[in-house]
Amino acid sequence: MPESVAPVIRATQLHKRYGAHAVVQNVSFALQPGETLVLLGPSGCGKTTLLKMLNRLVEPDAGSIEVNGQDVRHQRPEQLRRGMGYVIQQVGLLPHYTVAENIAVVPRLLGQSAAAIAHRTQALLTRLHLPPERYAGQYPHQLSGGQQQRVGLARALAADPPIILLDEPFGALDPITRASIRREFRELDELRHKTVVLVTHDVTEAFELADRILLLNAGQVQQLGTPRELLFQPANAFVRHFFAAERLALQLRTLTLADLAPFLPSLAGKAAASGLAPTTVQDALEALTNADGNFPKSSYPFDLAQLMAAFGQALQREEAAWKH
Amino acid sequence: METLKELLTFWHLQAGKLGDQIQQHIGLTAASLLLAVLLGVPLGLLLTRRPRWAPAVLGVAGALQTVPSIALLGFLIPLLGIGPRPAIFALFLYSLLPIIRNTLTGIQGVSPAVVEAARGLGLTDGQILRRVELPLALPVLFAGIRTATVINVGVATLAAYVAAGGLGEFIFGGIALNNPVMILAGALPAAALALAFDAALAGLQRLSARRLVRVGAALLVLLPVLGVLYVLPQAAGKLLAGFSPEFVGRADGLPGLKNAYQLRRLPSVVLAPALVYEAARHQDVDLIDGYSTDGRIRAYNLLVLQDDRRVFPPYYAAPVIRPAVLAAHPELAPVLAQLAGQISDSVMTNLNYRVDYLHQEPRAVAHAFLRRRGLWRTPRPLAPGAPVVRLGSKIFAEQYILVELYAALIRGNTGLAVETKTGLGGTTICFEALRTGEIDLYPEYTGTGLQVLLQPSAAVLDSLGGSPPAVFHYVQQEFRRRYGLEWLAPLGFNNTYALLMRRQQARELGISSISQLSRYLRH
Repeated sequence: MPESVAPVIRATQLHKRYGAHAVVQNVSFALQPGETLVLLGPSGCGKTTLLKMLNRLVEPDAGSIEVNGQDVRHQRPEQLRRGMGYVIQQVGLLPHYTVAENIAVVPRLLGQSAAAIAHRTQALLTRLHLPPERYAGQYPHQLSGGQQQRVGLARALAADPPIILLDEPFGALDPITRASIRREFRELDELRHKTVVLVTHDVTEAFELADRILLLNAGQVQQLGTPRELLFQPANAFVRHFFAAERLALQLRTLTLADLAPFLPSLAGKAAASGLAPTTVQDALEALTNADGNFPKSSYPFDLAQLMAAFGQALQREEAAWKH
Repeated sequence: METLKELLTFWHLQAGKLGDQIQQHIGLTAASLLLAVLLGVPLGLLLTRRPRWAPAVLGVAGALQTVPSIALLGFLIPLLGIGPRPAIFALFLYSLLPIIRNTLTGIQGVSPAVVEAARGLGLTDGQILRRVELPLALPVLFAGIRTATVINVGVATLAAYVAAGGLGEFIFGGIALNNPVMILAGALPAAALALAFDAALAGLQRLSARRLVRVGAALLVLLPVLGVLYVLPQAAGKLLAGFSPEFVGRADGLPGLKNAYQLRRLPSVVLAPALVYEAARHQDVDLIDGYSTDGRIRAYNLLVLQDDRRVFPPYYAAPVIRPAVLAAHPELAPVLAQLAGQISDSVMTNLNYRVDYLHQEPRAVAHAFLRRRGLWRTPRPLAPGAPVVRLGSKIFAEQYILVELYAALIRGNTGLAVETKTGLGGTTICFEALRTGEIDLYPEYTGTGLQVLLQPSAAVLDSLGGSPPAVFHYVQQEFRRRYGLEWLAPLGFNNTYALLMRRQQARELGISSISQLSRYLRH
């Protein structure tokens, strides 16, 4: 990201305490347009409080937040919120509104025309795999948890806000629904150009979705960086320990064939040209071990043993780089 | 079957009045509900924002709910007079608790996630209240209104006691006259109204939140309209009368009076017996019925209009007793006879005044009287298992005093134990208690015995001609013959029905007798 672009969100030295308990201490970060920041940490680390400060559901005791260069305290909270999508774990669909009416809440507040709203609702529902002719007129209680969360997402996106805030959006879903919605979410065109702040305690989710991760513990920033930085260059023992249990899985997800290219003779120097560079080791591994995989084996100019050897060497290189 | 036929006849004859009463009943309920909704819902909403106040506010509303309705009406008379105002106000107070509480519960029952999501989407506090919290709380809120409505339809029958009309007029008239058909004539429509309102509101409650919003708005329009339907008979004549239900229904009450004196153009309202004097005193009404020895006549400076055509039969008080008791305890008769002819009208009025107005204990007043007359004897010690004489009384001061007089005499002059059962609702209750042997003696009035219990034919009444000795003799003979009960010698005073006016107003209008009143009203 070029530094010259003004940050969409800039948080400076935020503090918040409830009684004697400091929930957020001296947190600062800046977000570039289109960036996805994941607020990660154990329960009670202050990540949800931090998120709610961004749309003024919680007011900080000290520090400031600027959105598009404007201090949020100088804007009416309602106006601010209408410019930010907001999705929470319990979804919070209005139970007396239909799916279409739920999605139309913010556009209506903004005074958009009924025709435009209807058009937009149809498009969003279609894109989120909820055929409007079937679902638009249903009430929230008629939907499954996953469907409700999709509607929640559509509602947040309805007015096309440049910023989306999500608080554990997939937290209440079963693992299978969760993985599929997460994939849809990642692949949603709508979100490509939006600045996203997402709260989760799920490490895999964070690595899958984040451009950068802000890891919090007890209200304090432990490390702010890309997933790769947190994994291979942990700032302290907490960061290292936090990822310990899933280290191998995360490494497989984080390293790509581009990283392994120097150690794979067949790929050295032509990884970029082969189009395989962005493929993660995880994906390559799955393709090679799965006979029915989508990738024909022949598309990989190496075998499983070569891949694993190269993976080991790449890890060693990362270790060494960090130690220096 | 017989009752049903009588009931239908009654309704048929009183159709106009029944319609008026139903309309008044609905009007009272609607007007009070409207007030309660207008105050209770905002108050409930305020409590959702200030939950710390909730226990105090709900506590006060709950305490109001426990005040007996008739007592509440009594408190309100000095403040609001009689008529619809105290009735609506009392009903309003009773509706507050369910409405406030259900507003609070309903809003608190809205999922916090829904409210948070709505806030996060950019709805203002007002929009959250109108579009999210209120619609979602409506079913619970409606349940509160439903409870309040049913309570109000029931309590509104008591409005008849403060001259606010409604179906209570039939009910209390019927109770006073011991007329079950008349009671049913008011009670059945009241019950039907309660059921109808309840069913209608239950139907509304099942609607979706969205429709409920529209229905709620419609109700807010409808309630004032229903409230306006309720127009009380305004004083269309020169004077307004306030009568107790019993007086309105009894042959020797208002009907007899109207016939004998050609009383016309006298608009009247029905009031609780306990309230007629207050109403006259506070100039809510000009003319009331009362009893000629009532202490409040003196206290409130009222004038007894002379019954110059002798319509009100003589009401001489005398003890009525079961002869078996007299036979078993021969010492009793001379003791009871000590009071015969001892109490004049003015003496009784004075004793009543001490109790009704100076709020002295009936027992203390009775004992002081006996000491003044030299009749007081210290109660004798009782032998274990001494036989008991049970004295009964109706529910007003004079009867309490008489019972205390007899009790003190029996205790001081015989070895018998005394048990008092005071406050027996009315004539029929006392009479039945005596007949069935639950009590042994109670003070009764010759006129009441004649008109209410014996109910002789017009020819017999005519032959008696309102002569006090003749009436006493007839009553004594007939009670012996029909019921086997004995009237002892009268006490001396005549506590008859009386028409009362404020002394000052009577003087200004030059009215001192009922004939003069009748002439004044006709011209």
